[in-house]
Amino acid sequence: MSENVKVVENATCTFCGCVCDDMILTVDMDEKRITKSKNACILGKAWFAEHYIEEDAPVAMIDNRPVSMEEAVEEAARTLVNARFPITYGLSDTTCEAQRQAVAITDTIRGNIDTTTSVCHGPSGIALQGVGESTMTLGEVKNRADLVIYWGGNPAESHPRHFGRYAVTAKGMFTPRGKKDRHVVLVDVRRTPSAPAASQFIQVKPGKDFEVLWALRALVKNRRIDPDIEEETGVSLETMEELVERMKNCRYGVLFFGMGLTMTRGRHFNSGALLALATDLNEYTHFVAKPVRGHGNVTGADNVMSWQTGYPFGVNFSRGFPRFNPGEFTTVDLLAKRDVDAALIVATDPASNFPQAAIDHLANIPVVCLDTKATLTSKLAHVAFRTSTYGINTAGTVYRMDDVPITLRKAFDSPFPNDEEILTAIRKRVRELVLARGQARGATGVSRAAAPLQ
Amino acid sequence: MTECIQLAGGKVYDPANGIDGEVRDLYVEQGCMVETPSSSPRTIDVSGMVVMPGGVDIHCHIAGPKVNLARKLQPEDHRRDPHPGTEHTRSGAGGTVPSTFATGYRYATLGYTTAMEAAVTPIGARHTIEELHDTPVIDKGFYVLLGNNIFLQQLIRDGRKEEFRQAVAWWVNATKAYTTKLVNPGGDEPWKGKKNSNVKDIDEKSDFIPVSPRQVIDAFVDTVNELGLPHPPHIHCNNLGHSGNFQTTLETMKTAGDRRAHLAHIQFHSYAGELGKNPKSASREIAEYVNDHPNITCDVGQVMFGKSTIMTADAPLAYMLRGFKKGKWVNADTECESGCGIVPFSYQEHIYVHALQWAIGLELFLLSKDPWRIVLSTDHPNGGSFMSYPKLIRLLMDREFRREEIKRVNQKAINSTILNELEREYTLNEIAIITRAGPARALNLSNKGHLGPGADADITIYDEMADKEAMFNAPRYVIKSGALIIEDHEFRRDYYGKLLHTEPGYDESIVAEVRPFFENYYSIEFPNYAVDDSYLHDHEVIATV
Repeated sequence: MSENVKVVENATCTFCGCVCDDMILTVDMDEKRITKSKNACILGKAWFAEHYIEEDAPVAMIDNRPVSMEEAVEEAARTLVNARFPITYGLSDTTCEAQRQAVAITDTIRGNIDTTTSVCHGPSGIALQGVGESTMTLGEVKNRADLVIYWGGNPAESHPRHFGRYAVTAKGMFTPRGKKDRHVVLVDVRRTPSAPAASQFIQVKPGKDFEVLWALRALVKNRRIDPDIEEETGVSLETMEELVERMKNCRYGVLFFGMGLTMTRGRHFNSGALLALATDLNEYTHFVAKPVRGHGNVTGADNVMSWQTGYPFGVNFSRGFPRFNPGEFTTVDLLAKRDVDAALIVATDPASNFPQAAIDHLANIPVVCLDTKATLTSKLAHVAFRTSTYGINTAGTVYRMDDVPITLRKAFDSPFPNDEEILTAIRKRVRELVLARGQARGATGVSRAAAPLQ
Repeated sequence: MTECIQLAGGKVYDPANGIDGEVRDLYVEQGCMVETPSSSPRTIDVSGMVVMPGGVDIHCHIAGPKVNLARKLQPEDHRRDPHPGTEHTRSGAGGTVPSTFATGYRYATLGYTTAMEAAVTPIGARHTIEELHDTPVIDKGFYVLLGNNIFLQQLIRDGRKEEFRQAVAWWVNATKAYTTKLVNPGGDEPWKGKKNSNVKDIDEKSDFIPVSPRQVIDAFVDTVNELGLPHPPHIHCNNLGHSGNFQTTLETMKTAGDRRAHLAHIQFHSYAGELGKNPKSASREIAEYVNDHPNITCDVGQVMFGKSTIMTADAPLAYMLRGFKKGKWVNADTECESGCGIVPFSYQEHIYVHALQWAIGLELFLLSKDPWRIVLSTDHPNGGSFMSYPKLIRLLMDREFRREEIKRVNQKAINSTILNELEREYTLNEIAIITRAGPARALNLSNKGHLGPGADADITIYDEMADKEAMFNAPRYVIKSGALIIEDHEFRRDYYGKLLHTEPGYDESIVAEVRPFFENYYSIEFPNYAVDDSYLHDHEVIATV
């Protein structure tokens, strides 16, 4: 370790949706490594410790051949402009500043844009549109919640500081004794490492979350439930009745839910049932709910998409204005149907985690990829950019899972440009190309085909 | 960038400079109005047209956390009202809660060039500024919600007046706000902490912090005037929407005494009648008080029939409205700072209460004696979209049209008001006051709302038409900061306006007072809370007065 050490206080970990902003990072400036990350959880420590920069990696490649940034931008822009049905995807592990540029590019080329929300909490977004949501910032949970229920999630392993920083042991204004002032319930299909943190564990039969939630709603409304519900769901009527009494009589109740609910049978019906349960309980007391989001800035992606287009994900600009239709304009569906002929992939690796049919099509079309490291997607990409890492080498804005925006602090410089810089350059070139094409087609073509510079 | 322009032969309505429909030439150079240009200008013949300063919206909800939640909530709101892009402009989605781009362009197509977002949580300020940066054409600012801030209420409780003043100034700086906003002061704690209850009386003290709404109002009126913020505290009174609430409104104004205060969407606070029963109009009592007290400004918050979206920091109100149809509803609590409620809504002509609200708003306009202190607003999108302003202008200017519209609504409601007896028609000069000159003056924006030398060249030019709705719906030209944005009804270029904010002085030592509270009860780190200057982009600091 060198003498050249810098300490960055109040830095933010963007590994998960907790977006903890109390990191104290020790940086070895010569080695370009983070040697210590005080306050980070086990995932955060790994995130910082394993971050290194492959100095000799090319800044950009076309068909796996190293090229200059300018060449790559030109090729990326041409690829996107020449496509008849280009898509943009990813965006949940980059800054809002980069996300804004990505939406602008897609608007200009009349493409389709979607984020990883469509494969995680998309159903919660759809449920929100159906029933609304009673929700809160995480500080309210810390200050007020005396009943905390986790449903279909395992924060001990996925969001390790969720318990201590916000929801279980955190001490706040009306919860000065932390966990002693709360009753914590974990609902899941199996006993996970999160169970020991809970005061109570309720095991649901796999695929029966909706049935349990709907029965709880009925009980909240004083309807009769047949005791054979236990046979159906694995949860006894007595347990449900006791839980309902707790929920009605708490002072400030919270339902957190994870992908165990949103990505299993029932999907947005499950999320909707849970959100409706929280809403119903407001007849009796104050009750809120919150999806526990995964990626560091997936919440920012939802926000940027919503303010720029009106819709949170799954948006298509082919008619010159945004349209929303999950199932049609969501990326897995578009790729699997082989509708698209070019893709701009930002900060995600669909080639490693999409269904095979979608991956197969991705391998057959020109892909422009931006990532901090080599991935399966960057390897199959026609144009691949190497980028700097947000929250470590790049500042900018991210939104925590509760929509609270936080400004990132840069720990040290990377030789690679960030997503925003690359996307801004592509956007500029795309606009020039689209305008030129419009002029070639005559005056009406210009106004139809082009979108503006901001 | 900005051209040198001569606007030749238009009928100019510039009430701040005493010009009422006089035909004269105007000159624009370097983004400003000038007496005579230094270079030879491009001449635009606007003879026969009406020239006014760009409109100023003093109270609307267009950006920030709650607005974006309302966008996410309602795909059905956007779907039937797409906003296609052009060569110069971005595309977007319309409806009562348009996307940011659609919001900016649509304000421009009505001739509005400045708008103020009226309710932003401090922790949501960064988000709001990001959205405002994506809201084109208009200049914009926002009011920061401080009336239910727990730390500030504790200072009021403890009688620490000086610390309170310093802390308010610190918060305005930290968020880059334009002024402070109070919404149902004292209502958050019973909502969040006492099973969704609410404060009912202006003198009722909370159990948690024994401070009454009146004490909060008094403290803010005092402090904001002392600090000299360009706009006084912007107050959403207690008991919004409840029968008999005009007493609370009168008491709020009396609390201000002879100090400056702005009463937001006062229509929603002008109801007589008994609590829990149908409301009656109290527009005369309210209009009389406002007329007699030159320290008070207000905006109307007119209800317009059709789709609206209720979005408010007054969470108990939104929950009450949700109770009518039990439809989708959003509640969003912000730690230590605010509550929030969102409900899709529609105002219908045949419903007694809705028709009464509509009538009360019109009564307030027509009974007001000083157009400089009553501002046109619909509390967008709560009373209706800002896109309905042209129709509202016609209702005020055209008595015959108003009579026809009155016939279409619930007559029981109309008969309980004096609307039928009010003959007044607003003049173009008065419209220029309530949509431009008045709000600019209430905001102390000395370069806006008029066309005298040195003013920002924010100009709207309308074809003069008998149908005032058609006229105000589509200006022929819109100039923003000297740039010709709309020409012959078409966008000719894109433009991004600036953030308007203020920077009252404060003593740094207050940070040491705020910080411990923050570290105990907030969930983000104190040094990550204030919005830094990198978010400002183009901006203007409006001086304290």
